[in-house]
Amino acid sequence: MFAVIQFPGSNDDRDTRFALKSVLGAPSELVWHKSVELPSDTRAVLLPGGFSYGDYLRCGAMGRFSPVMGAVKRFADAGGPVVGICNGFQILCEAGLLPGALLRNRDLHFICETVALRVERSDTIFTSRAAAGQRIHIPIKHGEGAWFAEPELLARVEERGQVLLRYCENPNGAVADVAGVMNEAGNVFGLMPHPEHAVEPALGGTDGLLILGSLVDAVTEGRK
Amino acid sequence: MKAVVTVMPKQEVLDPQGKAIQRAAGALGHAGVQDVRQGKRFEITLDAADREKAEALLDELAEKLLSNPVIEDFQVESIEA
Amino acid sequence: MSALREPEVDLALAREHGLTDEEWRNILEILGRTPTFSELGIFSVMWSEHCSYKSSKVHLKTLPVDGEHVLQGPGENAGAVAIGDGLAVIFKIESHNHPSYIEPRQGAATGVGGILRDIFTMGARPVASLDSIRFGPLDDARHRFLLRGVVDGIGGYGNSVGVATVGGETQFHPCYRGNILVNAFNLGVVEADKIFKARASGAGNPVIYAGSKTGRDGIHGASLLASAEFDDTTESKRPTVQVGDPFTEKCLIEACLELMKTDAVVGIQDMGAAGLTCSSFEMASNSGTGIEMDLDRVPQRAENMTPYELLLSESQERMLLVAQAGREDEVCEIFNRWDLDAVVVGRVTGDGRMRVRWHGETVVDIPVDPVARNSPELRRPTSEPRGLREQQKLDLTAVAPEEDPDEALEALLDTPNLGSKAWIWRQYDQLVQGNTVIGPGGDAALVRIKREDGSATDKAVALAVDCNPRFCALDPYVGAQAAVAEAARNVACTGARPLALTNCLNFGNPEKPEIMWQFAEAVRGMGDAARVLGTPVISGNVSLYNETDGQPIHPTPTIAMVGLLEPWERHAVAHFREAGRPVVLLGENREELGGSEWLALRRGVEGGAPPRVDLEAEARLHDLLGRAVRVGLVDVAHDVSDGGLAVALAECTFSAPDGAALGARIELDDGIRVDALLFGESTGRVVTTTDDPVGLLELAAEHAVPARAIGVTGGDRLRIGRPGGAPPWIDRPVSELRDVWAAALPRRLEVE
Repeated sequence: MFAVIQFPGSNDDRDTRFALKSVLGAPSELVWHKSVELPSDTRAVLLPGGFSYGDYLRCGAMGRFSPVMGAVKRFADAGGPVVGICNGFQILCEAGLLPGALLRNRDLHFICETVALRVERSDTIFTSRAAAGQRIHIPIKHGEGAWFAEPELLARVEERGQVLLRYCENPNGAVADVAGVMNEAGNVFGLMPHPEHAVEPALGGTDGLLILGSLVDAVTEGRK
Repeated sequence: MKAVVTVMPKQEVLDPQGKAIQRAAGALGHAGVQDVRQGKRFEITLDAADREKAEALLDELAEKLLSNPVIEDFQVESIEA
Repeated sequence: MSALREPEVDLALAREHGLTDEEWRNILEILGRTPTFSELGIFSVMWSEHCSYKSSKVHLKTLPVDGEHVLQGPGENAGAVAIGDGLAVIFKIESHNHPSYIEPRQGAATGVGGILRDIFTMGARPVASLDSIRFGPLDDARHRFLLRGVVDGIGGYGNSVGVATVGGETQFHPCYRGNILVNAFNLGVVEADKIFKARASGAGNPVIYAGSKTGRDGIHGASLLASAEFDDTTESKRPTVQVGDPFTEKCLIEACLELMKTDAVVGIQDMGAAGLTCSSFEMASNSGTGIEMDLDRVPQRAENMTPYELLLSESQERMLLVAQAGREDEVCEIFNRWDLDAVVVGRVTGDGRMRVRWHGETVVDIPVDPVARNSPELRRPTSEPRGLREQQKLDLTAVAPEEDPDEALEALLDTPNLGSKAWIWRQYDQLVQGNTVIGPGGDAALVRIKREDGSATDKAVALAVDCNPRFCALDPYVGAQAAVAEAARNVACTGARPLALTNCLNFGNPEKPEIMWQFAEAVRGMGDAARVLGTPVISGNVSLYNETDGQPIHPTPTIAMVGLLEPWERHAVAHFREAGRPVVLLGENREELGGSEWLALRRGVEGGAPPRVDLEAEARLHDLLGRAVRVGLVDVAHDVSDGGLAVALAECTFSAPDGAALGARIELDDGIRVDALLFGESTGRVVTTTDDPVGLLELAAEHAVPARAIGVTGGDRLRIGRPGGAPPWIDRPVSELRDVWAAALPRRLEVE
């Protein structure tokens, strides 16, 4: 079962479930942020996009302290796959599960548009359906999505191959064009683009399935 | 007790809001404004046994919640009884 | 606690509250005594123009409001239309003009918040927003500031609550220099048998207050601000502007929808203009009941608030509901789960009176109906503006013909009115909820419908919002017809069938007979058009006093049209998709230049009669489009409106969402002036492409719609000329035209 965490202010929680359930046929449940444990049959956790706690203070700063985050951290520490999309990515960075932080977009505007991305690696559980170097198109929609890391941290992240997605044309001022980054262990992934909004041919294309489908494959194969 | 904490973007972090304010100052005819950095100010009312305990509480609060150490620095500006 | 100390109530104070002498006498008669200060406040807001529609009611009554699919017409928070299979859509458009001029970001944000509450109050999940916004010219720094603020406000609120903004319109004209327009539309989806209404039935049932705490913000905000002209005292009204909290609104949406799945709710109403007062009176009046309320139980954000302030505060993100007796705890628990305040503040009574207590003292005791229903209804005098007939006369022979159509096209595409609005809608989340088939930039937005359980249906709604204020200024009757026709045509261009409309009537000071004449004529035109096109008016909003220092705005009856397309997979888009496709023009090119962008831009004239609207022909055209898309004869359809045929064709070549350009070679041989042919704004025309021109022409003939092949798509240039070897009027690389069009807003806005 795929657990989609529902924070107060989550917006893309239902969309993420739709992509998993209606498009990929993967069972999913909404898990309320006040839960202190994940359901026992949880095989993967997704932190959806939105404005948890209104994004007041800093994006993701308060979502990080939701009771459920303790359980998510334990799940990740035990090697369980965790994906944070947009606001979910911001929460994972704030929680220290992913390196770096997300800053205000370079031009200060919220940006909603489909962007071209380069998949850097295909040998991960989040990108196995794509090919390394493949150019894919997925929408972004955020006001604070410029990934930032100090040079030393960036060098370490690059060296370990943690960058999985890069913008072909940088829309927001992210350092090194980073759009999606993985943790060292390879089981936690955060990305600003919204794969759940590119899962149907007539509604933005299906490149998002390259990401979400990879995760579903990994979980399904893991069960065998 | 009443306390004030400020949080500022780290020097090496790009601050596009500050930059925009500086440009706007220029457009208003204030060419002398050379740099602006925008941060946050928190006014906090708290219960604490003494100043030392208040400081400890504020340090923890500022580090864990009010700021993100990856991109921001904080400063406890004042504590008044 | 100190006892209540309030000002002495007399006629002078009543006048200060905007009440007339006649209204004051009515109040004395209704009560049989002098009102308390709180009661005076209640009368003044309930009878304000904004809440009572006293100037407009007599005209609005003439509008068609019924139809086989109409489930709820005007009178509730919003209108409802059945879309089949047990589903309904709820929609409305509302103005937030005055607050947005005073504080653009918060004004626009709270406008979005308010319209969303109107929708989810009725049990629907809000799924799509449109915004119709109008400003003064962008060479005015104040209007650049206002545009940026309004866009930031709409985006900041809409993005945060998770409701997609899928389209809208933006216009600029000097008449909006002193009064900008911000009209916000929202549509929600609900199961047809689960629509909630503003009811307070069942004596003894608890009245529950939920959401944000009440502060002093916005006392007399929407109600009084929107009920008088702007003048030099307006600046001092700034503190009455409210601040929106989209996070609380998002939690309210989810909590209310969760609550409505139970059967604990009897009725529900949001606290909008005039706050607690308006919502409680409306609910009681709708049910023929009374309400008893204790203000000490109202959650309060500020200290020492008076009953007057508590009753009239327009603090945002608050709801009032009546629950089944005994189920209070269940209701409050759901709100508390979302960290929202919810408290029982009173009870429904059977005696038809509103009784309000504060610190043990009765501060309000008045009969509900005379306040809610017997609000004044005015028959304000009307008279046609002097000089209008003269202005409508346009001698085309005296208008110098366009010497350089190529340059004229470029100049038109570079205007803020016709240029790309991507700078604006790029800042809006167009995608959340995952239903946007066609987003901003098309003729109409197309939004797939999902059920509340998340399952997708093959239904989609098409949404468009339109008004041409220049036409309306020259002839409000024809202008309003044109607005209804264009909105329906835009919806039909996707293949959808127009179902119903909502309107936002933005006008100047109704106390002036010329303004009232414009209003009456526009309502008459809208009604006639809605009747012929079969699209009843199911909700709406009136915004008067859009006037500063005696300068009114152009009459602006904004029309938002909703249509249904099923199955949605087969739909038309507004940009050329494939090379080698025949281009077919539906409708007739007439020699009409009155009120056109070309005439204003190239000849500096705002005059002439607006283009004639043939409603019967429009209805046939819309039927044809629906049929042609359904049977696969048409895959591209773009309506011809502002800027005329040349601009419409140019838009077809470069407005693909992915930025791709696809040219066309067009040949026209009409016996009319070339500038009227290229830039005239005759109504009832649509540019289409088809792979079967013979089939399309036959189908058009069946519908008695004039149609002819005018060219073919392909290449990277747009070429428009006469048949034969004569040099074309227009021959430009599409990419050049696109660059000019795309830069129209950014080059004016990114100057500071």
